[in-house]
Amino acid sequence: MPTNPTNKTNTERQVFALVDVNNFYVSCERTFNPKLENRPLVVLSNNDGCAVARSNEVKALGVKMGTPWFQLKDLAKKHHIVALSSNYTLYGDMSDRVMTLLREFSPHVEVYSIDECFLSVQGMNLLWPSATQLGQTMRKRIRQWLGLPVCVGFGPSKTLAKLANHIAKKQLAFEGVCDLGSLSAEQIYALFSNIAVREVWGVGSQISAKLEAAGIKTVQQLRDTPPAWLRTKFGVVMERTARELNGVSCLALEEITPPRKQIISSRSFGQMVYKRADLEESVASHVSTAAEKLRAQHSVCNAIQVFIHTNPFREQDPQYANSITVPLTCASSDTRLLIRAALFGLKRIYRPGFAYKKAGVMLTGISAAALVQKSLFADHALDEKSARLMAAMDQLNRRYGNQTVTVFSTATQKPWSMRRENKTPCYTTQWNDVPVAYAR
Amino acid sequence: MAHIIPFTHTNASGGLPRLQRAKQNPALCPLPLLNHRIPAGFPSPADDYIESGLDLNNYLVRNKAATFFFRVIGDSMTGANIHDGDMLIVDRSVEPKHGHIVLAVINNEYTVKRLYCQNEVVELHAENPAYPPIQFREHEELQVWGVVVGTVSKFPV
Repeated sequence: MPTNPTNKTNTERQVFALVDVNNFYVSCERTFNPKLENRPLVVLSNNDGCAVARSNEVKALGVKMGTPWFQLKDLAKKHHIVALSSNYTLYGDMSDRVMTLLREFSPHVEVYSIDECFLSVQGMNLLWPSATQLGQTMRKRIRQWLGLPVCVGFGPSKTLAKLANHIAKKQLAFEGVCDLGSLSAEQIYALFSNIAVREVWGVGSQISAKLEAAGIKTVQQLRDTPPAWLRTKFGVVMERTARELNGVSCLALEEITPPRKQIISSRSFGQMVYKRADLEESVASHVSTAAEKLRAQHSVCNAIQVFIHTNPFREQDPQYANSITVPLTCASSDTRLLIRAALFGLKRIYRPGFAYKKAGVMLTGISAAALVQKSLFADHALDEKSARLMAAMDQLNRRYGNQTVTVFSTATQKPWSMRRENKTPCYTTQWNDVPVAYAR
Repeated sequence: MAHIIPFTHTNASGGLPRLQRAKQNPALCPLPLLNHRIPAGFPSPADDYIESGLDLNNYLVRNKAATFFFRVIGDSMTGANIHDGDMLIVDRSVEPKHGHIVLAVINNEYTVKRLYCQNEVVELHAENPAYPPIQFREHEELQVWGVVVGTVSKFPV
């Protein structure tokens, strides 16, 4: 009997799903405010800088992702666009709920971003009449339980699942769910021939320009290009992408997020900062945030980088940017020690007379706390005390809210704090912020 | 403002002792094998019977991912023991049925009422005679945000 190596049985074949919430931040805001339904709505980035989420009504007005808010003000007035500051506390909680809900459909889940999730539904899909029906059930449930609209794409590789999701989102006939496995070769050919190559997962704007220069303009053309040739011209990543597009799964589901190798905390100031004391407070608060994340993944770091810079877009101002890495004698996650090291660095790079726009820190040399080589000369009794103190601090901040206990004076609202002028309440995480139900 | 200590590695023991050549046959230095305390006495007879304490979340919340809290303003539901200032527990995964207390969207506001839907008649009923029912005609749409599965009130003490 002739055997075809590619002709695997249904159960052996990988099936991935990509679930993605449409206009996630906008949709979260709408769940808790019926007035926002059917109104043009944007959510702005930190410091109310630019549009990071747009409702369909705003997209229809031609507003592109990342458009600065000051450029939108006239259009906003004319079309009554509502602009909200980003409320990451709310989006984070809603994201957790989406992921919890999706885990009921498959035990194999990769949380890819705040609003996207890969699932391996291999085998699970056999519990449903078709993958499309599984997708529609996910869609309906997320809509009903959380009020969020999602699209679902199914494919034999992660890259194809992502592409299927793109099709589900753009082509209304699919009603939000596209299963490439249910389509004929001709249908897929027709679809892929009409999608630009830059829509493929992992193909950035630079690579897509090069691909287009080489005559590869559509997804179908990329699919038809011999992988070996792509490897010589574009490297192994593009070869893998082409194989994935042909249904060969090369990228496995990453169910466990590996601990981060570096942790950055930085932010632009709401207004210009001149004094070292102000920069110190900002740097100290960034260290506190980063150190808390470091402890949450049970790690320590052995160096901390501090960076400050002026606003490069204000060409009339004198410019200055600098950074310094301060190594630690012993790897640590103690906020007090890290702040001391960061301020030591800041003192060396700070120059008076500049209008600073941004400051931040990066923790590097991160390793698991349990695997650290102890120093011969350190006092280990202090380590134990430090660990207990930091654990107590983290617990207090978790229970009574961020910044209940802080090191250094990082707690109160500062003139340099983020601008978030139109932030909605934390409806799902603060008792004082829960929405109102009228009984009248 | 807090005083900032300059960053120096502080080592409690000032200077280090001079290093010397290691001894050929150093004296034996026995270390204790057990340096943890061992609790003495009898174990608690209840050890095998300990259960975790009662958690109101378990009692009130059926489906955590789909449950949201709302604060009540108004007195139209006092007959159902829902009072001004109470916290409502709203579960969006429950299919709204006749007789449920629901959170509906009326004029862009969340309103808590009892759902009446019998024989093609759809109404929202208050539980207080001072408030008339809200009626819905054939082409009107009633938007139910979620089903109220419980209420919590705190008393001043």
